[in-house]
Order: sequence, then structure tokens, then C-alpha cells
Amino acid sequence: MYKIISADFLAPDIKRFIISAPKIARKRKAGQFVIVRTTEHGERIPLTIADSNSTEGTITIIVQGIGKSTKEINSFNSGDYFTDVVGPLGHPSHIENFGTAVSIGGGVGAAISFPTAVALKEAGNHTISIIGAKTKELVILEKEMRDVCDEVYVTTDDGSYGEHGFVTTKLKNLIDSGTKIDFILAIGPLPMMRAVAELTRPYGIKTVVSLNPVMVDGTGMCGGCRATVDNKTVFVCVDGPEFDAHLVDFDTLMKRNNTYRDFEKTALEHFSCHTHQMFDAAVKEQN
Amino acid sequence: MPELTKKERMKIPRQVMPEQNPEERRSNFKEVNLGFTEELAVMEANRCLQCPKPVCVEGCPVGVQIRDFIKLVSEGDFLGAAAKIKEDNVLPAVCGRVCPQEEQCEVKCVTGVKGEPVAIGRLERFVADYERTHTGIRTATVGAPTGKKVAIVGSGPAGLSCAGDLVQRGHSVTVFEALHEIGGVLIYGIPEFRLPKEIVKAEVEALKNLGVEFKTNNVIGFSDTVDELMGEGYDAIFIGVGAGLPYFMNIPGENYNGVYSANEFLTRVNLMKAYRFPEFDTPVFDCKGKNVAVFGGGNTAMDAVRTSKRLGAKNAFIVYRRSEVEMPARVEEVHHAKEEGIEFIMLTNPLEFIGDEQGWLRGAKLQKMELGEPDASGRRRPVPIQGSEYIMDLDMAVIAIGNGSNPMIQKTTPDITHNKRGNIVVDENTMKTSKKGVFAGGDIVTGGATVILAMGAGRKAAGAIDEYLKDPSVW
Ligand SMILES: Cc1cc2nc3c(=O)[nH]c(=O)nc-3n(C[C@H](O)[C@H](O)[C@H](O)COP(=O)(O)OP(=O)(O)OC[C@H]3O[C@@H](n4cnc5c(N)ncnc54)[C@H](O)[C@@H]3O)c2cc1C
Ligand SMILES: Cc1cc2nc3c(=O)[nH]c(=O)nc-3n(C[C@H](O)[C@H](O)[C@H](O)COP(=O)(O)OP(=O)(O)OC[C@H]3O[C@@H](n4cnc5c(N)ncnc54)[C@H](O)[C@@H]3O)c2cc1C
Ligand code: SF4
Ligand code: SF4
Ligand code: FES
Repeated sequence: MYKIISADFLAPDIKRFIISAPKIARKRKAGQFVIVRTTEHGERIPLTIADSNSTEGTITIIVQGIGKSTKEINSFNSGDYFTDVVGPLGHPSHIENFGTAVSIGGGVGAAISFPTAVALKEAGNHTISIIGAKTKELVILEKEMRDVCDEVYVTTDDGSYGEHGFVTTKLKNLIDSGTKIDFILAIGPLPMMRAVAELTRPYGIKTVVSLNPVMVDGTGMCGGCRATVDNKTVFVCVDGPEFDAHLVDFDTLMKRNNTYRDFEKTALEHFSCHTHQMFDAAVKEQN
Repeated sequence: MPELTKKERMKIPRQVMPEQNPEERRSNFKEVNLGFTEELAVMEANRCLQCPKPVCVEGCPVGVQIRDFIKLVSEGDFLGAAAKIKEDNVLPAVCGRVCPQEEQCEVKCVTGVKGEPVAIGRLERFVADYERTHTGIRTATVGAPTGKKVAIVGSGPAGLSCAGDLVQRGHSVTVFEALHEIGGVLIYGIPEFRLPKEIVKAEVEALKNLGVEFKTNNVIGFSDTVDELMGEGYDAIFIGVGAGLPYFMNIPGENYNGVYSANEFLTRVNLMKAYRFPEFDTPVFDCKGKNVAVFGGGNTAMDAVRTSKRLGAKNAFIVYRRSEVEMPARVEEVHHAKEEGIEFIMLTNPLEFIGDEQGWLRGAKLQKMELGEPDASGRRRPVPIQGSEYIMDLDMAVIAIGNGSNPMIQKTTPDITHNKRGNIVVDENTMKTSKKGVFAGGDIVTGGATVILAMGAGRKAAGAIDEYLKDPSVW
């Protein structure tokens, strides 16, 4: 059992958890993830380690509630427990002093790119962060990024905050205005990562993405997380999760991520129905 | 009962173990075999000739004292029989179920020369079940504490048997397991209908009662490396991480939705209990009314195909590139699969998978084969028949052509010598690796093999570890 030390919402449906996991806290490096299981009936889902504190023995994860498991996690509070937390898994990000490094985070991707942005800064890069969100209230980690990065830009799809447009709009502006970019890390929904890859391909800018296939064990045992990179099959959990964006077959991965779409709907309905029942029972008890 | 003569014993027919009928069982996950009753067990035990030189034992990789335990069964001393078996085999309830007895102990049994061999495996299973359900698993006494600490990496049969032997010798034992449950393939691979998980859990509980400490969620290589474990004060380490890297066929279309490795399919169903979705969160492909093909001919393939049938597959096929005689699966499993309506397509190999626009599997292009000259394994090599290609409609495919070894330990501990195939190289007598204080056994050494061989390796290593701990200068 892994205790939740603190839990707070950063935005609607996006929650930050600090969890007691001393061994993971000591070992983890930027770019690695954990696999958690909420309860004895839970599935194993991967979440990036956004931060850690080795003296306190804690790790931070930031979770966007999109389906049954992540919504269940977001109903957890400080003092609650995860049944299982295993990690750190995956290869750490490859960090060096590239020169100018841009980290791009779309949605909850901002959280996933944060630890790598910190590491890139520590390695001596001039760091630029682009945070993208649908709308103002979904912008996360802006302050934290400003504390670390040399330049921070925010884009919103609806223009309610920062610059109007997508992260790629801003990236293109930077490139067009002559910013010399040596390295890009893009993390977010697959269509966003693909758009960044297509944008930077003609310029030959080294671009890395962190892939998010459906995982089970996270140790290379099942092959469920496979993706095609450079026309070869890779297991993202052990060979990645970061890969050269220009070699990734995004199309196949997007399709594979739809494998359980109908189940995900059922699970969510089952969960909402269950939480309603719990809520009703609690109300009854009070009356 | 008066002593039976040899002739009388030979007249008793091999007793039939009751099983769930095929119609019923192909839609549930309950165990297929129901086990002997006490009467059937005694009757079967009476078939044993109590040979002065029991050749059956030669066929058992751990040397279970077969004749002696069967004698105790025939006398109705089932608990005594259990104790006798456990002198050599710590997981009899498991081995009695999954050992390929027909190729090991039973193939040697003298009564098999003219008639059918004594059902050694079924008796072993009966005895172990009797003990578990009547007195609970009784464990040996633990020796005086030696103050030595041993780390075991991986909780499959190799790790569990090594842990059991070492804790009995008074060493402090900690088992590190990557997954959230203990048991390795016994938990995540072999399905409930062949090996109820409750049995594995009871064995693990018994080890806990002896003082073995289990740490789940520890992926050695990531959570800690072998060297870090050494640094944490472990005096010796046993590596039993199994062969857990699924092979794919490297043919076009293998990444379509609906194409699984056997490991993934079975893990989703067994470990994550996807067959009870949405009560359990993990989903698995909805087989109901669908066409499913499993490619391969081993136990894993049989487990996968029978699982798909239980999940509701309309047609479930085994597609294998050699012929039925070459299939490595146990005869009993093949027989059960056929009874459950599994269709066998032999001498056929897939060339590519076919999918639709949305990326879903729709079929496979198959090619017929014929048997040519024997290959390195001594089995006749399948040779493609040109022009025999055809398309089979499919909704789901499972690839069960074997596992390689997971490279995690190799990558993080370069001073443990691995061979070209990624297996750890050990001294056959002591299971010592090239790294001082580190031993290994089970599938990580042999490549995918059997439960009993993995257990045997774990025991052998335990003996050598014990000696090493008494005198580390003997390395
Ligand atoms: C390496 C990695 C790091 C990640 N880091 C974070 C993070 O820091 N914060 C965060 O909010 N999300 C992260 N994710 C995504 C997160 O794992 C999924 O959002 C989550 O599993 C969805 O589960 P669900 O039941 O809530 O949603 P569902 O409704 O079940 O699924 C929604 C979508 O999530 C994906 N998904 C479903 N099950 C899994 C699974 N077992 N493994 C992976 N993806 C799945 C599928 O694409 C699916 O279409 C990460 C994913 C990966 C692979
Ligand atoms: C589906 C299937 C059916 C089978 N049927 C039969 C049968 O009927 N009869 C038979 O005799 N044999 C059968 N086998 C083979 C048999 O199960 C194996 O030979 C046996 O389990 C090997 O035991 P092991 O202890 O070496 O490894 P495993 O059982 O594979 O256990 C290894 C354990 O180590 C863990 N691990 C891996 N890496 C790490 C790490 N880095 N850190 C920590 N832990 C780690 C794994 O999670 C796993 O739990 C079958 C195998 C499969 C897959
Ligand atoms: S352990 Fe396996 S091989 Fe040995 S006697 Fe028992 S069933 Fe036979
Ligand atoms: S060989 Fe057969 S008959 Fe002889 S002791 Fe062994 S089991 Fe009994
Ligand atoms: S999640 Fe199973 S191999 Fe990657």
C-alpha cells in the first residue's frame, strides 16, 4: 500500500498527488514512469513521475481524469492509499547540453514534460517551454515552468489565455522568427505530437516524443505496448517511452489506442453508476 | 485388506479422474479436472507393483519417492504420503496438475509396458489436495537462524522452491517480484481452469508462515540492481526471472488491433481477471461470437485457445506449422481442447495479417506446409507448399510461438555472463553464475521449460547457496 501524502487539483479534472514511495523517490530520473493500481480490482496504468523528493521519500504524479481509472484516482485524497505503485520504469530521458532546448507540453503533457525540462536546464541548455491547453483554466504548471525555464509561452485553443492557437502555432513562430532550436521534446496527445513531428521534420530539428500506448505489466513481458519506430517493433515500456519523433508510426499507435474504446465507456458508466450508489447511500445514512 | 498379488494389481484398470463435462466447462473458468476421490486414489495406488527398483523415479526431475508415497496412499495414510512427497517436491499440488507426467515419471512406469502406467501425477495431486483441505499445508520446521540473508529475484516455481529450502535451513529470505502477485507463470500464465489460483496462494501463504518475506512491485534492474541488492547486505542472490519476453513472428500486420502475444492475452485474463470485467477494470478483446486463431502448438497455445473459447469465441482454432505429433503441448491438454470444440489446423503457417482501415484485424493469409527432413531439434522440418496460400477470416489472433529472456538483468548487471540467446550461463551442478554470490535457475537459464525443472533448479541452487553461506571461500 502506498500512502497519498497530499492531493490537490491543479485544474478541473487534473490533480496532483504526492505519494510516499521512498525507494522510487531515490532512484527515479526525468522521463521515467510508475505503474499504479488503484485497488485490488484495478487495472495497471502508467503515470509519469513529475517530481520527487528523496529526503521526504515522496514522488509526485499529475493525473488527468479521462476514464474510469484516472477518475477513480482523482477521487482519492490525502490519507488514501494506492494498492500498488511500481517503478521507476522506462528509460530516463536522454539529457545533454544541446544548446537551445524546447519542451512542449499539451494538456497533462505539461506535467509529463516538466521533469525533463528541469533536467535540460540543469544540463546547461537555454530552455524554452511551450504549454498548450484547450482553455485558460486547463493551463497547468505555468508558475513551476517559469521558475525553471528561460522562456515560457502559453497557448490556448480558444485564445482565453496566452497566445491564441496550438503549440505548433507558437513553435512555428519561434522557428520563423529565427530562433535557433537544437532540441525539442514534445509530450501530449498523439495528434499533437504528430503535428510537432511533421512541423520540425523539414527543418531537421532533433525532436523527441514520449509515447503513450496502452500498457499492462510495464516490464517488457506482454508486448501490448508495442509501437512501430523506424519500421521496427518496439516495446514502449522498456525500449522507451521516448523516441525520435521523425521515426514514429503515429497512425498505427493511434489506432491501437482505440482497441478498448467500447470497454472504456462501459467501465466509466459502471464506475459513475457505482459512485452514484455510494453517494446515494451516504446521503441516506445522513438523513 | 489382504495384500494383493501382482496379478491382481495388474488387473485393476487405470482409474479415471472425474472432470467437468466439456459442454459445461467450455463456458466457465472452473477447474476441468476434479481429482480422485479417496476410493479412486486407493484403488489407483493399488495398481503400483512396489517395484524393488522403482524406475519411475528416474523420470522425475526432482526424484520424488514415488513408490513409497504410493504405498502410503494405498494404506490410506494420505498425510504421510504428502510428507513423503514433500521431501523432494515442495509444490506437489501444482506439479500433480501441470507436470508432463506422460513424458516423465509415468512413461518409465513398468506397468506402462503392457498396459497403462500408474497415474502418478493424479495421485500426487490427490495427496496434496487432501492435505491442503484437511489440515492445511503443513510445513517443515525451520532451522536455527544463521544470520545470513538471501535475496531471490522472481517468484515463479524456481524462486519459490529455492526460498522454501533456504528458509528451512535457517536463512533469512526475501523474494523480490516485479508484478503485484506472487507465483510467476503459475499466476499470470497458466489459467484458472487448469491450475486454480487459490492453490498457488495457499503455497505462498505456507512459505510466508515459514518466514519468507515477499516484496511485490520490485523490478530488479529498475527498482534496485543486483549490485544494489548486494550492497543492501544480502549474502547471496538467486535469480529466477523466467523467460518472459514474448516472440512475435515479424510478419506484416502484427500490430493490428486484436493481435495479441499469448503473454498479454493470458495476463489480462488470469492476472488481471479481465474475464470478470467490469467488476475488474482490465478489459480484453470481446471474443463473443468471434473467430479466434492461436498460432503455436505448446501448452501456452492450448491455454490461450481454450481461454478464448471460454470467453465466448464461436470458432477457436489452433494453427500450427508442423503436424500434431510434433506439438509440444501435453497430450491431456490437446485432448481436453478437442473435447471443448477447438479446431486444429495443422501444417499451416501465417504469412501476414490482414486488417481494415481502422486498424482492426480481419484475417490472415495462411500457407500450407509439408514435412521435410528432420531439423536440429530432430523433428521433421516444415516446408512451405508453393501456391497453397489462402485467406482465413479472423477477429482475434494470439501468437504463442514461445518466449525469449527479458534482457533487464543482463543490461543492468554486465558481469553476469549470458549466452547468445540471452540465457544466464551457470555451473550445472551448483547453479553458480559468473558473478560471485549470485546463482540462477529456471527458465532464465534453460529457456522456456517446465515447472518441475524450474523447481529442481531452485532446489539445487538452494543447496549450493547453503554451502556457500557456510563457507564463502568455496566459491
Ligand atoms: C508512459 C506513460 C506515461 C503517462 N503519464 C501520464 C501522466 O503523467 N498523467 C496522466 O494523466 N496520464 C498519463 N498517461 C496516460 C494514462 O496512463 C491514461 O490516461 C490512463 O491509463 C487512462 O486510463 P482510464 O481508465 O482513466 O481511461 P480509459 O477510458 O480506460 O482510457 C482512455 C485512453 O487512455 C489510454 N489507456 C487506457 N488504458 C491504458 C493503460 N492501461 N495504459 C496506458 N494507457 C491506457 C487509451 O489510449 C485510452 O483510449 C501516461 C501514459 C503512458 C503510457
Ligand atoms: C501459458 C503457459 C503454460 C504453461 N504450462 C505448463 C505446464 O502445463 N506444465 C509445465 O510443466 N510447464 C508449463 N509452462 C512452463 C512453466 O510455467 C515455466 O517453465 C516455469 O514457470 C518457469 O519457472 P521460473 O520460476 O523459471 O519462471 P516464471 O514462472 O516465469 O517466474 C519468473 C518470475 O520472475 C518475475 N520477474 C521477471 N523479471 C523480474 C525482475 N527483473 N525483477 C523481479 N521479478 C522479475 C516475473 O514477473 C515472474 O513472476 C507453461 C508456461 C506458460 C507461459
Ligand atoms: S513431480 Fe512431476 S515428474 Fe515428479 S513424480 Fe510428480 S508428477 Fe511425476
Ligand atoms: S514403476 Fe510404476 S509400478 Fe513400479 S514403483 Fe514406480 S509407479 Fe509403482
Ligand atoms: S506493457 Fe507489457 S511489454 Fe510493455
